[in-house]
Amino acid sequence: MSSNAIDRFDDKARNTFEHAGRTTIYRGELLRHPVYTRVLHWTVALFFFLALFSGFALYLPFLFRWITPLFGGGELTRILHPYFGVAFVFFFAFQVMNWIERMLWHANDSRWMRNVREIASGEEKMDPPETGFFNAGQKLLFWEIVCGCILYIITGTIMWAGAPTFGAIAVAISYVVHDIAAIVMLGGVFIHIYQSTIGEPGTFEAMIRGAVSEAWAWTFHPAWYKQVTGRDPQQAYEEARQMNNSRT
Amino acid sequence: MADRKTLQAVMISGRSNPSPGFGMQRDLEVCKLVDTTTCIGCKACEVACVEWNDMPFTPTVFDNTYQTMPETSYHFWNLIKFNEHRNPDGTIQWLMRKDQCMHCADPGCLHACPAEGAIVKYANGIVDFNQENCIGCEFCVSGCPFNIPRFNPETKRVYKCTLCSDRVGEGLEPACIKACPTGCLKFGSKDDMKFIAEERAQQLRDNFGWQNAGVYDPQSVGGTHVIYVLHDATDPERYGNLPKNPQIPWSYTWWKWLFKPILGAFALVGGLGILFHHVTNGPRVPQPEPPPKDGTNA
Repeated sequence: MSSNAIDRFDDKARNTFEHAGRTTIYRGELLRHPVYTRVLHWTVALFFFLALFSGFALYLPFLFRWITPLFGGGELTRILHPYFGVAFVFFFAFQVMNWIERMLWHANDSRWMRNVREIASGEEKMDPPETGFFNAGQKLLFWEIVCGCILYIITGTIMWAGAPTFGAIAVAISYVVHDIAAIVMLGGVFIHIYQSTIGEPGTFEAMIRGAVSEAWAWTFHPAWYKQVTGRDPQQAYEEARQMNNSRT
Repeated sequence: MADRKTLQAVMISGRSNPSPGFGMQRDLEVCKLVDTTTCIGCKACEVACVEWNDMPFTPTVFDNTYQTMPETSYHFWNLIKFNEHRNPDGTIQWLMRKDQCMHCADPGCLHACPAEGAIVKYANGIVDFNQENCIGCEFCVSGCPFNIPRFNPETKRVYKCTLCSDRVGEGLEPACIKACPTGCLKFGSKDDMKFIAEERAQQLRDNFGWQNAGVYDPQSVGGTHVIYVLHDATDPERYGNLPKNPQIPWSYTWWKWLFKPILGAFALVGGLGILFHHVTNGPRVPQPEPPPKDGTNA
């Protein structure tokens, strides 16, 4: 029941945004992310970085003087940081509704994870054939952020209201948990940014223009390629290779 | 002492480098001595505190005790805590304890504070809040083992007893000391006050039958610049929840000052390591390489 309501909401949101914006798909390209997904992604990213930097200002005494001027001083940094965090979690919640079905963990994701070393090192030039719209690494980041958001909300609320409301010990524990959640998420985001820009060229386009090349699709997400084109990714790759060879 | 050099800062919140006043002077550490055995609960010190610091008069709250209000507040820094204590032999004691900032040698509030210069510890031992640098995060409330800092929701800043740093810097005793009619409050160097306190405790043990009489100067926070003489030093809790073994939460000690920088360094090195992955292993590009020029595959 509720999943139907979420689906209806997502469909409506995607439609609305598709009318507001536009995704141009050239020949040999596939639609990767519609306007709605892209707008959500960059809204979440914006508030993530605002929350991250304002948080870092308060994280270490070494950084207080460096970063607080960016937010208009210490007081304003302290006032803004919780709102940045709430906005981050709020918009990410829409992304969760948008993506949750594709982010569910399957048996092939565990297999992908077992090969993560080969994939990350580039030994495996192409992802395993059963890799769908999202690979296991992306799913892991997604669920890491979901867990992080839950921890942020709980510990953040405790620190926002402060010791007079929740007690000194609750604040002291939240302080540590909030730090750990932030550092773990930061690590995940480092990998995310690297992979989606210089790590796997063509990926950044997916979040900017919304389109990817077919070669990108059969290389990194073969099962998704098969699902949207109906063609066998391995065969498509072979044909492209032969075409390349015949040209040279 | 009127040249204010006692107010050289030796510890500054939110700061990792040495503070300017560190090791710069030979002035004595000051100390307030509260002899709970001679306090009559007259509240003159409460009034003197409100008067000197020009704080507004607040309505008192009667809770069936001889206590002005349940707790200190952001404009009421000094409160005589009252407790009717029943001894095992059925006798009753009225315990009065002057509750205010303890001015710890190792201040939990200062360790917890992320804002540079919001909390300072002077060479004379006074721990002072500089409200103009306070960002209102209230971590000091969480870091204080004595539950002293009070948040003013109006100004979004935290306040507490200053040990009259403005008076002490000019060579005067704190206002509460000046007002005390019984001599239960004394002010001087830490060494002198410690000596007098020990003498008094000895007197209580020898002449008044308080076998457990002693001095409260908790070493778990490095000692305090407000010390108590108690009838029974083995159970300070009975004096309005004076903690027996006050502890700064480890979140604001080794977690904040050791593990957080290490975690931050890990994040930095991890980020660099990922960039080096690009140098060592290169990108994974769509296959086959180079991709077909017109992008088609059939």
